[in-house]
Amino acid sequence: MPLLTLFRVAKRFDSGLEAIRRLDLAVKPGEFVSLVGPSGCGKSTALRIIAGLLQPTEGAVAFPGGRPEIGFVFQEPTLMPWADALGNVRLPLELKGVARGEAEARAARALERVGLKGFEKSYPRELSGGMKMRVSIARALAAGPKLLLMDEPFAALDELTRQALNDDLLKLWREDKLTVLFVTHSVFESTYLSTRVVVMRPRPGRVHDEIVLAPPAERNEAWRVTAEFAGEAARVSAALKHAMEEGE
Amino acid sequence: MSRTLRILLPIALGLAVLALWEAIVRAAAIPPYVLPAPSAIGLAFVANFASLMASAWTTLSITLAAFVLALLGGVGLAVLFSQSRLIENALYPYAVVLQVTPVVAIAPLIIIWVGFERIDLALLIIAWIVAFFPILSNTTLGLKSADHNLIDLFRLYGAGRWQILTRLQLPTALPHLLSAMKISGGLALIGAVVAEFVAGSGTATGLAWRIVEAGNRLEIAKMFAALALLSLMGIAIFFSLAALEWALLHRWHESALKKVE
Repeated sequence: MPLLTLFRVAKRFDSGLEAIRRLDLAVKPGEFVSLVGPSGCGKSTALRIIAGLLQPTEGAVAFPGGRPEIGFVFQEPTLMPWADALGNVRLPLELKGVARGEAEARAARALERVGLKGFEKSYPRELSGGMKMRVSIARALAAGPKLLLMDEPFAALDELTRQALNDDLLKLWREDKLTVLFVTHSVFESTYLSTRVVVMRPRPGRVHDEIVLAPPAERNEAWRVTAEFAGEAARVSAALKHAMEEGE
Repeated sequence: MSRTLRILLPIALGLAVLALWEAIVRAAAIPPYVLPAPSAIGLAFVANFASLMASAWTTLSITLAAFVLALLGGVGLAVLFSQSRLIENALYPYAVVLQVTPVVAIAPLIIIWVGFERIDLALLIIAWIVAFFPILSNTTLGLKSADHNLIDLFRLYGAGRWQILTRLQLPTALPHLLSAMKISGGLALIGAVVAEFVAGSGTATGLAWRIVEAGNRLEIAKMFAALALLSLMGIAIFFSLAALEWALLHRWHESALKKVE
């Protein structure tokens, strides 16, 4: 049974902009699905519709097993500057009415899991870009989500930080048996992370192609330089190139 | 520049100007009803200490009351605006009208309406009108400046309007509000002084009236003493609010970041 299905989802904004014409997608529990496509293909809009932050104009989003706890990670760290790291991570728990002491403990544990033990009292402006993104991920994990929605979370980071975060994300995905929907521009990132890549076409957005990947159990630096990885990336790349040509 | 030097430099400059002033007045024998020497001003201050202090208290209490009411009214109305577009659209133009109409022009009307027997209330209303708008305007802007992604995040976790207001919009508006408070603190004092001028003889007893009174009697040294007290009050208000701003923001806000020199 899929965790999430999108059935003929379309979104037209009040401005008349047709962001998504038709999106059909089923995501099984434990999948790591990347949505790849050029700007304007409605990737971010799709995530917001799934999160319930936007209503589709047509079609429906369904969670056959009931609505799971959802975590959301934005392109920017989107932290509250007036709260320290712990205060930011505690937010979802507090909003959900978790008792102060328990929220504190769970937030501290989430920070520890993203490698920020000792930075609980640091304010966002005292942290680097990579660390802020880690706080943002910890916040998304704090409430124990089943489904993690990520909107180009590492796009603004340098290559080394991005790679470290990719590896950490894979580890968290495995440990927590998460289902992840990951929006990205990057062919390599999507190939590295995903079990399936959905390539989208722009203006208006719709699915162009789907590529099922068979990543090894252990994805690491060594795998990233193999011929197999290059072959998989080439498939995604070709599909994306085709999608962009079709879109014009 | 070191911290000590930054404090000492303006003080030294001020003392030098006072010394030069004293010297010029003595050397050129300028009559005290044109320009009194700083020493004469000091003497006038001591001689009129009790009446000046009583007047300063009158002006200060009106200023502070107007400021506090402007703060409560401005923030309260801004919060109301943030909750209802309808109310904002209906009321905001009138707030602007209140702001752009010169207060000197409406002051006589307010004094007549409120009545000379309740002159303190009239002065308070006039000072309040002047101090109110920056608080309303900046807080309204601040409440609207909340990060849209953060609002989405709050909604994702089921936050209601109240939680979004208190935990997201108000903290976002805080730097805007504190900046407006520094402006309004000074404006409240200006409003109180203007109101006293307009209220005129026999009714007002604040510092502004001391200035008018001393001017009429050509007691220029006393005028200067009252003026200096007014300036000191303005400076004290500004620095208290700047200190409050620092205390509330220095941990997290960009404006308090130490600059790399």
